[in-house]
Amino acid sequence: MAGELLEVQGAVKRFGGFTALNRVTLHVRAGERFGLIGPNGSGKTTLINCISGALHADEGRILFDGRDITTLPAHRRTRLGIARSFQIPKPFTSMTVRENLGIPLEYAGHARSPAGATEAADILREIGLEAKAHLRPAGLTQIEMRKLELARAMAARPKLLISDEAMAGLSSAEVDDILTILFRLNQQGITIIMIEHIMRAVMRFSERIVVLDAGERIAEGTPDEIVRNPAVEKAYLGE
Amino acid sequence: MHRTSAALVVGVVLIAVGIALAGLRVNPYVYFAGYVILQYVVIATAWNILGGYAGYVNFGTPAFFAMGAYTAVFLIRSMKAPLPVLILAGGLVAGLLGLGIGYLTLRLRGTFFSIATLALSVVLQTMIINWEYVGGSRGLSVIRPSGPPFGSYVTFLFTVMVGLAVIAVLVARFIERSWIGRGLAALRDNEEAAECMGVPTLRLKLFATTVSGVLLGVAGAPFPYYVTFVEPNSAFALDYAVNALAMPMIGGTTSWVGPVIGAVLLGTAQQLATVTISSELNLLIVGVVLVAFVVVAPEGIIGLVRRLRGR
Repeated sequence: MAGELLEVQGAVKRFGGFTALNRVTLHVRAGERFGLIGPNGSGKTTLINCISGALHADEGRILFDGRDITTLPAHRRTRLGIARSFQIPKPFTSMTVRENLGIPLEYAGHARSPAGATEAADILREIGLEAKAHLRPAGLTQIEMRKLELARAMAARPKLLISDEAMAGLSSAEVDDILTILFRLNQQGITIIMIEHIMRAVMRFSERIVVLDAGERIAEGTPDEIVRNPAVEKAYLGE
Repeated sequence: MHRTSAALVVGVVLIAVGIALAGLRVNPYVYFAGYVILQYVVIATAWNILGGYAGYVNFGTPAFFAMGAYTAVFLIRSMKAPLPVLILAGGLVAGLLGLGIGYLTLRLRGTFFSIATLALSVVLQTMIINWEYVGGSRGLSVIRPSGPPFGSYVTFLFTVMVGLAVIAVLVARFIERSWIGRGLAALRDNEEAAECMGVPTLRLKLFATTVSGVLLGVAGAPFPYYVTFVEPNSAFALDYAVNALAMPMIGGTTSWVGPVIGAVLLGTAQQLATVTISSELNLLIVGVVLVAFVVVAPEGIIGLVRRLRGR
């Protein structure tokens, strides 16, 4: 199909006897703002681990930009244009904020030189971290840490950005702050998959949402459709 | 590039100084002790490429060192191979062993990796003990070739070790300042995040284990000619495992200078203690100093200096 950036076809992931993903199919269009929601343990993070390459699906295929990436290691997928932030921030602790960005600039970018200095400065300015460029991650606040996650993912120059609960635990104003950044990135043409528990944020951000429950896809639609879907209500609140 | 050529010049000067020192013909014991200290510069630097840069702690240093030494023993016995061949072959065999343990990092991380390397050392020692051709458990006498290129054979070996130490340090310094070093630092900090940021973590880890293995093997290859009697207990000595880890820790693991400082300080202290007090006191010194550093200056002497300078 034209305009499709990411396609997950019948992905299955089992951990021992537990099926974390049961034939999940997903289509994300280029430039789209896509929401992925579901109760705790529904398989959201497993799914994006399979997309980013941290895990490999047992069955099914994953296509990115028309290319089968099912068996590619994570670093190759990053170079193709898939970047992610982590639910629990995983900064490079021995490096400054600026140096943290240097890693994807050097490895996922195309130039194998530390010349990315201006590029790093641009990204930090855009995200609002330029004042902290020379600090170590240990000196950052929670929200700054989340911004660093996003900034570092941006430095990989992705076509697809997966934001894994970038807002969990943040205050309402801080959530808006992150949302503004993500909207701006989307306007620049980056496709975004948002995984989030903060409904206000996902509903406002997403053009289309897929709901997972117990490893299965139970609903898909616009935010309005999802809110009215009885199956979704049941998954979140029970009978 | 400028700084790299400067470092090369310094390296060449150091080798020249080594040759000049060998010509001084002071008390032969000085060369004997100097050889051991320089050997530890190589060992600590090699260990640090994997342990310090990549964060994979190797307890199996004796296995790699002994691989170098026993490869040399084998080649001396079978074909009287010359020293340069011994060094190259020792490095090659230990490098292959390093590549092998590199694949262990696919499944084993942190403490589990360290335990596996310790086990590796025990397994290899058992194999050597049961291999009669290289002396088995009784050991084997090695006769030095007559007529070294210059001086006595000990002063010659001393100069060779100066050269090896300079090469090891240059290699470590080059890795540290290249994109490889930055990638290794990223995977040391967080392997999953590094992989997701485009760092080919497996390839870099294999590179680090192999280079570290090669240099450890290179350090062990001249050992048979140095001691002239090789037996498993001395080639697989615990000292190598402890010193390889303690020297970089004391000096500082994030920079090539750290292992050099640690090896020179601890190595010299051990040699002095061996002469003045007792040869059994070696490891006790290391133990005490290591505990003190882990508590007071966990980032080693380099970290301490940086802190005193106010960052």
